[in-house]
Amino acid sequence: MIAKPKHQRLVLVAIALVAVLAAVLLAMWGLRDRAAYFYTPADVVAGKAQPGQSVRLGGMVEKGSVERLADGVTVRFVLTDGAAKVPVVFRGIVPDLFREGSGAIAEGSLEPGGTFDATNILAKHDERYMPPQMGNQAAERQTAKTVMK
Amino acid sequence: MTGWLRFAPILLLVLIVAAMLWRLANPPDTTVHSQMIGKPVPQFALAAAVPGVQGLSSAQLADGKPKLVHFFASWCVPCIGEAPVLDQLKKQGLTIEGIAIRDRPDELAGFLARNGDPFDRIGSDPESKTQLAFGSSGVPETFVVDGRGVIRLQHIGAIEPNEIAAIRAAVEQAR
Amino acid sequence: MIAETGLAALWLAAALSLLQLALGFAPGMLKSGSGPIRAVAVLQGVLTLFAFAMLLLVFATTDLSVSLVAENSHSAKPLLYKIAGTWGNHEGSMLLWVTVLGVSGAALAIFSRRLEERTFVAALGAQGALALGFFIFLLFASNPFARLNPPALEGRGLNPILQDPGLAFHPPTLYFGYVGLSVAFSLAVGALVTGKVDRHLARAMRPWVLGAWIFLTLGITAGSYWAYYDLGWGGWWFWDPVENASLMPWLAATALLHSLNVLAARESLRAWTIMLAMIAFSMSMVGTFLVRSGVLTSVHAFAVDPKRGVFLLILLAFYVGAALLLFALRSGKLSEGPEFELVSREAALVGNNLLLSVILGVVFIGTLYPLFVEALTGAKLSVGAPYFNAVVGPIALALMALITIGPLLNWRRDSGERLKRLIIPALLGLGALVILLIAVPQDGLLAKIGFGFAIALFPASLIPLLGRKLRRTPLTTYAMVLAHFGVATAVAGMSISSLTTSETLIAAKPGEIVSVGPWSIRFGSIRPVAGPNWTALEATLYATRGGVIETLKPQARFYTDPPTATTQSAILTTLTGQLYTVVGQQVGDRWQLRLWWKPMVTLIWLGGALIAFGGALALLGRAWRGWRKGGVR
Repeated sequence: MIAKPKHQRLVLVAIALVAVLAAVLLAMWGLRDRAAYFYTPADVVAGKAQPGQSVRLGGMVEKGSVERLADGVTVRFVLTDGAAKVPVVFRGIVPDLFREGSGAIAEGSLEPGGTFDATNILAKHDERYMPPQMGNQAAERQTAKTVMK
Repeated sequence: MTGWLRFAPILLLVLIVAAMLWRLANPPDTTVHSQMIGKPVPQFALAAAVPGVQGLSSAQLADGKPKLVHFFASWCVPCIGEAPVLDQLKKQGLTIEGIAIRDRPDELAGFLARNGDPFDRIGSDPESKTQLAFGSSGVPETFVVDGRGVIRLQHIGAIEPNEIAAIRAAVEQAR
Repeated sequence: MIAETGLAALWLAAALSLLQLALGFAPGMLKSGSGPIRAVAVLQGVLTLFAFAMLLLVFATTDLSVSLVAENSHSAKPLLYKIAGTWGNHEGSMLLWVTVLGVSGAALAIFSRRLEERTFVAALGAQGALALGFFIFLLFASNPFARLNPPALEGRGLNPILQDPGLAFHPPTLYFGYVGLSVAFSLAVGALVTGKVDRHLARAMRPWVLGAWIFLTLGITAGSYWAYYDLGWGGWWFWDPVENASLMPWLAATALLHSLNVLAARESLRAWTIMLAMIAFSMSMVGTFLVRSGVLTSVHAFAVDPKRGVFLLILLAFYVGAALLLFALRSGKLSEGPEFELVSREAALVGNNLLLSVILGVVFIGTLYPLFVEALTGAKLSVGAPYFNAVVGPIALALMALITIGPLLNWRRDSGERLKRLIIPALLGLGALVILLIAVPQDGLLAKIGFGFAIALFPASLIPLLGRKLRRTPLTTYAMVLAHFGVATAVAGMSISSLTTSETLIAAKPGEIVSVGPWSIRFGSIRPVAGPNWTALEATLYATRGGVIETLKPQARFYTDPPTATTQSAILTTLTGQLYTVVGQQVGDRWQLRLWWKPMVTLIWLGGALIAFGGALALLGRAWRGWRKGGVR
């Protein structure tokens, strides 16, 4: 059965529409559970983050809270935003910019017990705010060593 | 049916361009905002950061007069550019208390000598504990604190000349 | 002086592009034939190239009176990186963009003979219009030749991390790809104006799309390998917005390439091909915009202020909008091509277009979704690998099926007779899948199915060569076989490495033995080493899996200016995979070590190279055919 030309054009247009619709539906399905929301510690303590959901948690690494476990590769610390604190655990090599008193974003999920289980740590760039004229700074820029750690 | 369909991609383009324009007008905010606004300042008593200038304590922030609390350091580059603005604010009658984070007295003295000293008092916060307690995460940052010691406003980054009026208004409101 | 000459050439070229635009579309201009517009296009290209040469010169000689050089270069840089520094910044790379645009237009003007004259003239006009917009942006908002008075004492651009050969040549490779697609766009515009979409258009467009596509394939493959060895995370694709910005034009160009084959062979899929040609270059422009505007945060992004972003956005909106409008108004006038059946090569290629477009769509939506959500609700979220892998994976598998079946179908109508040859490949693929399901019981169904398809595709891609006189088979057939074989290779590499990678993360003392996969690794020592502008702590690892002992030396490196820390991974490449080693921080008397054994991972980039090579063969094959038929194509 050979389709007539006019019929064929209609079929091709329909296929194009199917492509667009399929892309949108597929994207919506994928985005429902797999987009990671960004929360602050205050949000987490207020219960906005669901346990088990893949999210990002951003804050400052609380001074004195970094604790290395005996295996040498797991680290515990506390992320705070001044109002609330969330304990975080991470197994891996932390980025060099990660230090107490500095900003960090943890990617992972909240455990039912309240600890955030991080699969990835992004250390925030320079803690000196650059004026807007400098443009959008790249995410990884080294801080000058501060005088006291 | 295929009539309006032909123009659908253009509609999509318009929506996307609109979203991009919005984003260009509202750049992503990667700053960490303090959760302490509306709350009293945390308790602290900081030693003098520079010889000859008094240290700062939280009690002194509840003396009935609204003030600016300014977090800075000698190693903070944007603070240099901001110095004239702080001078202006001081000249216009505002009280500015300073908290120097993770700094050394000699370097701080040098910084003040080079860039001016608009501060009434400067407390030394060598481990950023007070800074974090304020909900501040970087320098320079300025807080407007009212006469009763309640934090009313957080300004992240250097204060630009065109923001002086807004800061003054905030201090007025804090009376 | 040199800078001013370059700037003057740029202004002249901009004026010529305006003339080119006028000649292309003004009524009555055609009476003089295509001679004048060809000359203008060639001159414009030459002048732009000259301007770029001038910029190269000021960088090579570190002329610190030019602001751009002072910002981005340094007299102590090796010459290679001084030259590469020309395009390692916003203004210089925009000039490179415009140069490739101009030179492509000039080449189109010189080498196109077969195309119908009116279409050709309109296409050159469109190319001129594209150039004009970018010239205006360059001259008014991104002048590369701006002077610095007084000249700087020394440049500021001595970031050693950026002095890497891969990084140096990654942008031009991608730019040849992005901007090569502009010719396809212009030809599509020309064809819509005249209504002549036929095999001649396809043959005129094809070498450009092929060339651009080859560069994009190479650029993406090389970029992936560079990220893999340089970032120290062991990953080779992160669905970073900027990576996506290079993938989207590639997806569109792949669909376009296949659509062009249908148009050239059968004169079908006219509207589709035109639309794809427009989308492909639109994606190039979107990519350029995304990287420079600050709209999406990424480690790749240039620091550009939002005003320039707005300018680029307006340019993009204008070009894409005008093209879409032209399509909406004129596509109805395109006559439909000959019909074809459900089981035919055309249908398989329609399926191919469909699937590639869906992948393009979901990647596009995923990349822009965070922006839309924040604009509408204020919520911040990020879309990463979990989304992209979940939605792209299944469609890619369906695509694999088409790649296996499609080349065996006849044009117009196929009885399905030849598909019997797929029985053996299908059984092989099924067998591989079953083996994996048993041998690797845990998660990874998608990867296992992918591997099954790859195993089937390896022999299936060779079937078109069966039963033919191999010396009489056209080069283009070999090209197709090689490219599809390359796809199988890459997918096999992705599947196997994701299913069987072993990782060890441990804090070890020097002298200890750790293991990863089949490897037994003795942590020999760790000592400070120094380089020209860095110091590092270098670990010495002795690795063996029963035979020869290999030495690996990963480093934790510290640069002084600007102060940065990087990890230098040490990789051992063997026939069966790569041993990837990273050293982290000191913990007491122990050192963190992260080790991966990644079987077959190199197949990924080998596959990419094979795909690009297949493209090159196709280009060569057509050039050869054209040469033999007489005259330049």
